[in-house]
Amino acid sequence: MAVADARTGSGDPPKVSLLYNPALRSYVYQAATLILIVWVIWYAWSNAAQNLARANMTTGFGFLNSRAGFDIAQSLIAYSADSTYFRALQVSLVNTLVVAACGIVTATIVGLLIGIGRLSPNWLVSRLCTVYVEIFRNIPPLLVIFFWYLGVLALLPSIRSIFQHVKDNPNAVFFISNRGIYMPAPIFGEGFGYVIAAFGVGVVAAIAYTAWANARQRATGQRPPVLNVNLALVLLLPLVVFALLGRPLSFDYPIPGSFNMRGGMVVAPEFLALYLALSLYTAAFIAEIVRAGIRGVPQGQSEASYALGLRAGLATRLVVLPQALRIIIPPLTSQYLNLIKNSSLAVAVGYADLVAVGGTILNQSGHSVEIIAIWMMVYVTISLVTSLFMNWFNAKMALVER
Amino acid sequence: MTEISFVRDRFLTAEKPPVSESTALGWIHRNLFASWTDGALTLIAIAAIVYFLPPAIDWLFLSAVWSGPDRSVCLTVDQGGLLPSGWSGACWAYVNDRFIQFMFGSYPRDQLWRPLLVVAMFVALLIPMLLPKVPRKGLNAILLLIAFPIVAYVLLLGGYFGLSHVETPLWGGLMVTLILSFVGIAISLPAGILLALGRRSKMPIVRTFAITFIELIRGVPLITVLFMASVLLPLFLQPGNNIDKFLRALIGVSIFASAYMAEVIRGGLQAIPKGQYEAADALGLNYFQKMTFVVLPQAIKLVIPGIVNTFIGMFKDTSLVTIISMYDLLGIVKASFGDSGWITPVTPLTGLIFAGFVFWLFCFGMSRYSAFVERRLDTSHTR
Repeated sequence: MAVADARTGSGDPPKVSLLYNPALRSYVYQAATLILIVWVIWYAWSNAAQNLARANMTTGFGFLNSRAGFDIAQSLIAYSADSTYFRALQVSLVNTLVVAACGIVTATIVGLLIGIGRLSPNWLVSRLCTVYVEIFRNIPPLLVIFFWYLGVLALLPSIRSIFQHVKDNPNAVFFISNRGIYMPAPIFGEGFGYVIAAFGVGVVAAIAYTAWANARQRATGQRPPVLNVNLALVLLLPLVVFALLGRPLSFDYPIPGSFNMRGGMVVAPEFLALYLALSLYTAAFIAEIVRAGIRGVPQGQSEASYALGLRAGLATRLVVLPQALRIIIPPLTSQYLNLIKNSSLAVAVGYADLVAVGGTILNQSGHSVEIIAIWMMVYVTISLVTSLFMNWFNAKMALVER
Repeated sequence: MTEISFVRDRFLTAEKPPVSESTALGWIHRNLFASWTDGALTLIAIAAIVYFLPPAIDWLFLSAVWSGPDRSVCLTVDQGGLLPSGWSGACWAYVNDRFIQFMFGSYPRDQLWRPLLVVAMFVALLIPMLLPKVPRKGLNAILLLIAFPIVAYVLLLGGYFGLSHVETPLWGGLMVTLILSFVGIAISLPAGILLALGRRSKMPIVRTFAITFIELIRGVPLITVLFMASVLLPLFLQPGNNIDKFLRALIGVSIFASAYMAEVIRGGLQAIPKGQYEAADALGLNYFQKMTFVVLPQAIKLVIPGIVNTFIGMFKDTSLVTIISMYDLLGIVKASFGDSGWITPVTPLTGLIFAGFVFWLFCFGMSRYSAFVERRLDTSHTR
């Protein structure tokens, strides 16, 4: 009875002091946080306004339309010193994306090879891969960039010795010097667009053919030859079109100028140093992720697939790898993001990436708040897009459970 | 009666183990030449080692110059030095000559006992902290994270107790790298805990703030955060302020580290079973008691390896202050390449290899420690 009495009681909730009311407390804490944040922002803003007024500075993004006045060594889109700051930022964004994309591809391939190598039954190979990982994981990426830039690429032959080399071998078209790697630049003649179109058609046809082959295998149990047909579609078709059109492609060869090589295509040492450092540094981390992913698939899975009669290669491709990928993709995403963010180290060697060009504009125009806001916006956007893509890929790969 | 039973009256002599199991030849067969592809890989690896290792050893040690007063000992005859033409090797004489500068920057040479004393105190406090068997971890942590920074601050900067004032622009080298990463970790731990709790809070304003802060900082490179600290901070403070450059870098590094630390700690908080939270509620503990006495001790213990990894990352990342022209280990090594006393073609490579080795030593040590803690904390059943 006493229990029932206590439960039904008088019907009122027990009297609690307002001080201990969780809902009220929550409001008070949040209000305090809000006031603190607003106060910090207001304090910073009013000081910034005063400081800017003292320095006779205006705020706003209008300055982006004024003339930049500096040159950018590597620009993949049209740019000159007369272009606007906005154009300079576009050029630098393209440069950032180019080095990040090249780095991601190379780091993934190297990391995959090293990661698999660490699991190899071959004692020597696995030790060498371990040494690689332990060296690169424990050194700052900036130091690796300097190592390539100042320690290795700066020691390559000087441009003068290249001139001598050209005199001795007039037919040489490919030069490695401390000012970069010179190679012939392709000049696309009339009608080259058809070759590209043929390549596109080939890729689409290959995808369609693979889908048909898969459907046929499911229906009849026999697999039509896929690899050879696809290779023919993707490579042979554009080549045939290329030959039929009378080979509309010529090359612009680098030749010695007065101070430097002229013509051709040059890969600058700044790009090379950054690209090599980013790829090799990130590859060490990717190798660890790949190793953990493959070891995360139970031994029984590969044993079961051997028992079902699959060969080692097929077992890896159809059974082990899809399961390992589920473990690999999430940490791989964060490594890709790290690589993109580390590409900002370009500023240390003068590769014209977003931070380097932004820094130049910041020094020239003094619009520090705007430039840093642009940096944050662009990097956060790149990070978000990359994570969205990788999340989509992850969802595609994830275990579909009942 | 014929004897049909057979009774063994002595043991057969034991067979030798098969060749493939016992001898070096067998080991080589199993581990290096198990199949044709394996053998090919081994040969490629041996070729690579033979191609790269002897020249590397020769460059680093045999041909290297170990001592000398100036750059002439590391230059060939054609370059105006003493060595035969065609020579190339490490110039350790240069590292030898600049060693104190690489460690302490331009810290006054007659005051070097101060940073050395700080290092001694740090080691004396850190080692018992790292050894799991040594008792009184709480006291140790308070000494290391609260008392030590104050003493170190007074000792290094001076200005009190008759110590001469040493301005931060004179600081440099490994000392700066260590200070930046230590302060970064000491601030990011509590700040990271607060941010992680904020992110898991049920209060929308607090949660939104924590998420925005963490994701914004984690989404951008450290360089932009450092630029922000070095360019925007003076702008956002009282007009006419003259905030120390070193302090700005410290703030930048701490902000950056806090966001990463928050995510590590959030991982630990998520791994604590719900029952622990509920049990603490049932005992009548309020939020702060629940967190300090029940949840956080377990959560932090779980993520010690993650914390150490964040620390390794930060230790490497402090080298980025080079870009905002501060002289940490990498910065001072790089600055010394332009030093007219030691300009030679091999100086940059030698200096970078030295700096890389120092960084590697610290990071490798930390990662080994992290692996050791991970094994100790690992309670899973392994066969």
